[in-house]
Amino acid sequence: MADTERTFFEYLVYVSENRSPLDFMLVADHIDKFFYGALLTIEITVLALFIGGVMAIPLAIARAYRHRWLNVPIFGFTYFFRGTPLLVQTYLVYYGLAQFDFVRESFLWDPILSSPWWCALITFSLNTAAYTTEFLRGAIENTAKGEIEAARACGMSPARVIRRIVLPSAFRRALPAYSNEVIFMLHSSVVLSTITLQDILGVGRWLNGRYYLAYEGFITAMLFYMALVFLISKGFRVWEKHWLGHLRARATVEN
Amino acid sequence: MDSIWEYRNLLLAGTAVTVQLALASLALSVVLGLVGAAAKLAANTVSQKIAGAYTTLVRGVPDLVLMMLLFYGGQQIANDLGSLTGWWDYLEINQFIAGVWSIGFVFGAYMTETFRGAILAIPRGQIEAGIACGMRPFLIFRRITWPQMIRHALPSFTNNWLVLIKATALVSVIGLHDLVWNASTAGRSVREPFTFMFAVLIIYLILTACSDVGLRWLERRYNVGVDRA
Repeated sequence: MADTERTFFEYLVYVSENRSPLDFMLVADHIDKFFYGALLTIEITVLALFIGGVMAIPLAIARAYRHRWLNVPIFGFTYFFRGTPLLVQTYLVYYGLAQFDFVRESFLWDPILSSPWWCALITFSLNTAAYTTEFLRGAIENTAKGEIEAARACGMSPARVIRRIVLPSAFRRALPAYSNEVIFMLHSSVVLSTITLQDILGVGRWLNGRYYLAYEGFITAMLFYMALVFLISKGFRVWEKHWLGHLRARATVEN
Repeated sequence: MDSIWEYRNLLLAGTAVTVQLALASLALSVVLGLVGAAAKLAANTVSQKIAGAYTTLVRGVPDLVLMMLLFYGGQQIANDLGSLTGWWDYLEINQFIAGVWSIGFVFGAYMTETFRGAILAIPRGQIEAGIACGMRPFLIFRRITWPQMIRHALPSFTNNWLVLIKATALVSVIGLHDLVWNASTAGRSVREPFTFMFAVLIIYLILTACSDVGLRWLERRYNVGVDRA
């Protein structure tokens, strides 16, 4: 039995190397590396989305309520980050900061600013914070006037109106836009592979370089990204059903 | 700052490549978007499925992955196909072509959604009125669908274009001598990477700000005669 299994395995390797346009057995041999790559991609994407999302809430409130001093600087921040490519922002932080002696001599250099992981996380977080701020601001500004008037009539303080009325409904309205932002962030995370990190695409590039292949690594990376996007859209559909369920059209029941 | 001035020609040449790349990709994406929208709106279920698969694929895969696949893999496939059929000897897929095709392909999917939504926003009665007046399909497209489609599509088109300009930066990763590539090479040789990358960011901001102003003007033009609430 063991004999036939081995020959079947050898047959598979033979087909994979000689007959198949894609050397799938070679990919299968290195599939663990792709999973580690996926872990890095997910890690940075999730952390950046979390940090950026937490930053975006106060920034969006300040923008929506036109804070006297904060509104313009925040708009400058979002305009800068939304108007320029993430790749160049990441290069600026990772390759650029080393230009300054005071950065290289500071206590932050050794643990954080010289590491591609931290540089990517900082840049990605600021980038997604900028995008999230702007669409969250839109969602806050679209709160129905009557809801706020009702809350005021109940005697709520402005802070409580924001906490109890404005933010919960704004989050709901921003949910579909946020699912796009999450997918865009995942797409943008390929920038990781350009600053020496082994994310999904990084592993694909490594595999192609090591075995002198033309497309195996990229096709595998593509499949991994597609699976992730599929899971994200699935998750958001469940989430939207839960949080936006009251807005769904429902069948009218006649008594 | 002196080093930027010293390398101004290199930066300007790179900017020209970036702009050419963006415009060529935009042209391809508009063509693909029109075809995709037509396929999605056609009564034919096969064309709907193909267009649906196209937009799902693009939503699932990052543009840099497609670009590398096309640049490294496409080269080999094209030459294998050439030697198999004997139709051509050697095809070179350079960085510019790979960039245009992959960015155009990706944004064609976004344009498909843009144009589809814009066409659906035109009241059906207007097209029926056109038919009733005896217009041929092409005349209906030219006189009724196209002008209104542009008006409905412009906000989303503007958004796509702004994202597209930024996506062109990725082509530097496969080695096209665009703005980013030239600037990082220059930055490395004079050991001022921050200065040069910052200059690149400013140039991108200028490009996006200019196109924002231009497209707003276009939007106003196409909205002449439309009541605004």
